[in-house]
Amino acid sequence: MIDIALKQTPLDLQTCIDYVSSPEIGGINIFVGTVRNHTRGKRVLHLDFEAYEPMALSELRKIAETARFRFQIDRICIHHRTGRLEIGEVPVVIAVGAAHRQAAFEACQYAIDALKETVPIWKKEYFEDGEVWVAAHP
Amino acid sequence: MQLTILAFGITRYILGDSELKLELPDGANVEDLKAELVRRFPEFSKLKALALAVNSEYAEKGQALYERDEVALIPPVSGG
Repeated sequence: MIDIALKQTPLDLQTCIDYVSSPEIGGINIFVGTVRNHTRGKRVLHLDFEAYEPMALSELRKIAETARFRFQIDRICIHHRTGRLEIGEVPVVIAVGAAHRQAAFEACQYAIDALKETVPIWKKEYFEDGEVWVAAHP
Repeated sequence: MQLTILAFGITRYILGDSELKLELPDGANVEDLKAELVRRFPEFSKLKALALAVNSEYAEKGQALYERDEVALIPPVSGG
């Protein structure tokens, strides 16, 4: 089972945990991304996330399907925020429920790494002296 | 053919708009489109990478374009 969402409102961790819970699983692994207050030594004020929504949803679904197939996990939930996020807020939650913990850990790691590689979502960092689209330039 | 191109992230700032209409010869492919974009907007050549999506899928090298396609500019992604 797969649950994918892009949301403009705060992500709810419990919703993701509940989605991947079932009597068949033996463990849940969760990755929670948070907005950090600094990058490369500079103070970050807030972030802005923009998504190409139809493609982001389909790329997230591909990642979830690959994770299920490759690691033989039962359930995976990936929720990502868009819009402005303040320091400490949560841009992404990935929850994986699996019969055994190793599969849950591996699937969760795979999913966040793949998300950062392929899903069309862009982060803009706002500093006291300007703003930068992350990773855009060499 | 006239293509409608969606722009996201830094590409939206380079174009100054979230959408661009561009005239390309019939039979043009994604490499032709990239070359035309770099010619018209030299800022694109400064990006670490620029991928194209056609109908919400990453385009393959040399993929042909058609007027009805939804084409999107995908600068380096940074979600998570």
